[in-house]
Amino acid sequence: MKVRIKFQKYGAMKFIGHLDVMRYFQKAFRRAGVDNEYTKGFSPHQIMSFAAPLGVGLTSDGEYLDVSLLSSDEPEVMIKRMNEVLTEGFRIIGFRFLKDREENKKAVTAMSLVSSADYLVSLKDGYLVSPTIDTQEKFQKAFLSFMKQKEIIIDKKTKKSEMSVDIKPMITMVAFDEVEYTEKLKSLIKEDTTYVENQWNTENISDTENYSHTENTIHYYNKSKPESMADRYDNGIKVYLQLHTGSSANLKPELVLEAFCNYLKVSYQEFAWQMHRLEVYTREEETGLLTALDQLEQ
Amino acid sequence: MRKLALSDEILLSVEKPARYIGGEVNMRVKDPKETEIRFCMCFPDVYEIGMSHLGIQILYDIINKRDDAYCERVYSPWVDLDKLMREKNIPLFALESQDPIKEFDFLGITLQYEMCYTNILQVLELSQIPIYAKDRTKEHPIVIGGGPCSYNPEPIADFFDFFYIGEGEAAYNEMLDIYKQCKKEGKTRQEYLEQMAQIDGIYVPAFYDVKYKEDNTIQSFEKINPKAPDKVKKVIAADLSEAEYPTKPLVPFIKATQDRVVLEIMRGCIRGCRFCQAGMVYRPTRERTLEFLKECAYQMLKSTGHEEISLSSLSSSDYSVLKELVYFLIEEFGSKGVNISLPSLRIDAFALDVMSKVQDVRKSSLTFAPEAGSQRLRDVVNKGLTEEAILKGASEAFWSGWNRVKLYFMLGLPTENQEDIEGIAVLSDKIAREYYQIPKDQRNGKVSIVASTSFFVPKPFTPFQWSRMNTAQEYIEKQRFLRGKINEQLNRKSIKYSWHSAELSELEGVLARGDRRISKVIYDAYKDGCLYDSWSEHFNVDKWIKAFEKNGIDIAFYNSRERSEDEIFPWDFLDVGVTKAFLLREYKRAKGEAVTPNCRQTCYNCGAKVFGGGVCFDEGCGQVLDECIEEANEEVCIEEGRQDRLNDSGEVHDEGKN
Repeated sequence: MKVRIKFQKYGAMKFIGHLDVMRYFQKAFRRAGVDNEYTKGFSPHQIMSFAAPLGVGLTSDGEYLDVSLLSSDEPEVMIKRMNEVLTEGFRIIGFRFLKDREENKKAVTAMSLVSSADYLVSLKDGYLVSPTIDTQEKFQKAFLSFMKQKEIIIDKKTKKSEMSVDIKPMITMVAFDEVEYTEKLKSLIKEDTTYVENQWNTENISDTENYSHTENTIHYYNKSKPESMADRYDNGIKVYLQLHTGSSANLKPELVLEAFCNYLKVSYQEFAWQMHRLEVYTREEETGLLTALDQLEQ
Repeated sequence: MRKLALSDEILLSVEKPARYIGGEVNMRVKDPKETEIRFCMCFPDVYEIGMSHLGIQILYDIINKRDDAYCERVYSPWVDLDKLMREKNIPLFALESQDPIKEFDFLGITLQYEMCYTNILQVLELSQIPIYAKDRTKEHPIVIGGGPCSYNPEPIADFFDFFYIGEGEAAYNEMLDIYKQCKKEGKTRQEYLEQMAQIDGIYVPAFYDVKYKEDNTIQSFEKINPKAPDKVKKVIAADLSEAEYPTKPLVPFIKATQDRVVLEIMRGCIRGCRFCQAGMVYRPTRERTLEFLKECAYQMLKSTGHEEISLSSLSSSDYSVLKELVYFLIEEFGSKGVNISLPSLRIDAFALDVMSKVQDVRKSSLTFAPEAGSQRLRDVVNKGLTEEAILKGASEAFWSGWNRVKLYFMLGLPTENQEDIEGIAVLSDKIAREYYQIPKDQRNGKVSIVASTSFFVPKPFTPFQWSRMNTAQEYIEKQRFLRGKINEQLNRKSIKYSWHSAELSELEGVLARGDRRISKVIYDAYKDGCLYDSWSEHFNVDKWIKAFEKNGIDIAFYNSRERSEDEIFPWDFLDVGVTKAFLLREYKRAKGEAVTPNCRQTCYNCGAKVFGGGVCFDEGCGQVLDECIEEANEEVCIEEGRQDRLNDSGEVHDEGKN
């Protein structure tokens, strides 16, 4: 059975790179006694795939990992068992069974689904955006005028070459506080899915004793919205961004902030901003609406 | 949330920040305010190497089992962070609490290989602790050394408050209890050291004075504090199955050299190879029981989530219930995706059966360690492996599908001549020929033979401690001679030859058998920028030579002379059980090319029996059993064994060289 696990990565764990996170989870599953499916051969390894790998230095409330299991307890039990063997900086907040491959129209990996992600970008204490921009109010004004440009051209380096790209169309939402972010999200996500706050509603299945994966019911797995593990800073300067993410178009929040600094004609300080991922989505082709990965059955 | 000692800016600008953040699986968390003793355990090399070391995990476990003590860890900051910490004057900190080490009660440094000596000074200096013990006051931690190199602590004696000679299980608790008592009674640092000096295993260098003769050899080595003993006795854990074992070892976030559960099956070695320090100083051989190891394997795999388990010992084939243990591990864990790795295993039908079960034959290689190229020289070093046994083992393996062989040799062993060196080339070729005995259609492609030579470095407490060591120049000539001989072989294209750095070996020789006068050289080399000397890309031989010259110290005095039988060695004050008389007897037997049987065959009265345990008391030991002597003693390791070998000799970084 395929399972999608949602986890948070925070604190000192932002210094752990993607490959090490993979190794970490392989060992964590073993410690928790999870019945993972292994590949065959002399060096068997667990069947797992991560959605959009997170860069070193970033924290996240919405990381996804798909695994194949041979057997499983109820989602709540599995979450508890996993969290008992995890160290500070990793926490499982979601566990849901996916439809079997045969039931899905085509086999999909978590990775291939990803097309968008939300980020919270905060200025770390001890840094300044520019000598004059020292409050959230001023920052908001400057950022909005940055966004009012017709186009935002940056030099994007790829493995092969460097080319100029307009990143403006890849920034699909900008907000400056949680209320504004939540409001704006409502129009961007698919109606029959619900935003994170409601996502944890278990009404449909709370009466159901049966959590078996063979029933094609949707299993939500967490009764309340987990607390965000984003670092908070006293200066209060922050921006919420929704950016294209994934294999077809990918915009890192660092590039947006670098472009913003160029616009302000101040030097971009690599370590001044804390990037925090909030959620990862897939986009419906026809409507362009977004669905968080944990709302999917595939 | 845990606070970190380093800022994001620093952590994100150095290589592998995970080296410095702690927080690993099975890290012990305590409130330092609620403990009376703060201990920081240090492995003076980079994190990935240090985290792979079993000894530290054992000590970490012993100390942290006490409620009154908190043991934390530190490793050498890599050169990138070293630079930043100096620029910004950041004190070196322990990984657990991220607190500066200078606030601790103890800093314990493990001495696994000589080439880490400059890293010790780095750790002290970055911690803002005076480098010389004499400059420390009650404000500073007590700096302790232990591990293999403490069997000649003299070159680094001036940097340590005391050395702990022996195994941690034996006297660590006593050491901490005395400290607590002294603290309570308001005793001084000096008084604590005096009290410590009276327990077995503790050597306080400041309590002894060395006088030299005109020819630079030692005139006398005498205590100057009446509370210190004349001789310092090694301490051991006589019964290993009663000893604690760390069933919850730390699991690093980044891949360490040993990314697996390490099960120590026994300590000591019955073989008595004459070049091997570990084989002498870890006597007597003591085994852990099968039941104990089974239980440890369960618990450790469960607590770490590792996907591999490795057996650790100096010679696994000599473990008396190896078959039972190995088949148990395969049956119990093999089906659960746990890989089983078996270093230092003698190649026989059992080994081949096990290996074919636990690894992909096509991808793995066989490792033989004949050490010398001719039977004559193998007899001199007491390495019982015969050519017939190597060829038979290789042939059986080739027929079973293996086609890669690694061979380990030493150049510069005592009494070595050109024929012995040529023997390395000839033996490599003979192994290749064995492969081509197999009909072409049944072969698995071409055979690949990697012959690798290290340069012999005489070590204290071995029969070769009197022996002359070759100079770097002689080594380079020998290596070239061998290169030429390999090129003359029929199968030269199947043989790859690699060798270690001659200059590095030469320096290792001085540090291994040096005396207190060497400390100035180490200090000056370090101050001139030497660091991470065991990493070939950081080793700077010119700076070392400059430091020797500056202090008027002649490398040849330490390396290039045969020592006389009555010479006082810097390490003679240590009593490791094995006596100097036995070692001298063995040296003479070596020169006479006489093989000494192993401990189970006959007892040659080495002296280790005083510890009251281990093989010395096994039934039947002490008798010569003729049929045993006939038995082939070949020692072979499969591929995974290499890491262990390298860790033991401290040459891990030379892997893949040339």
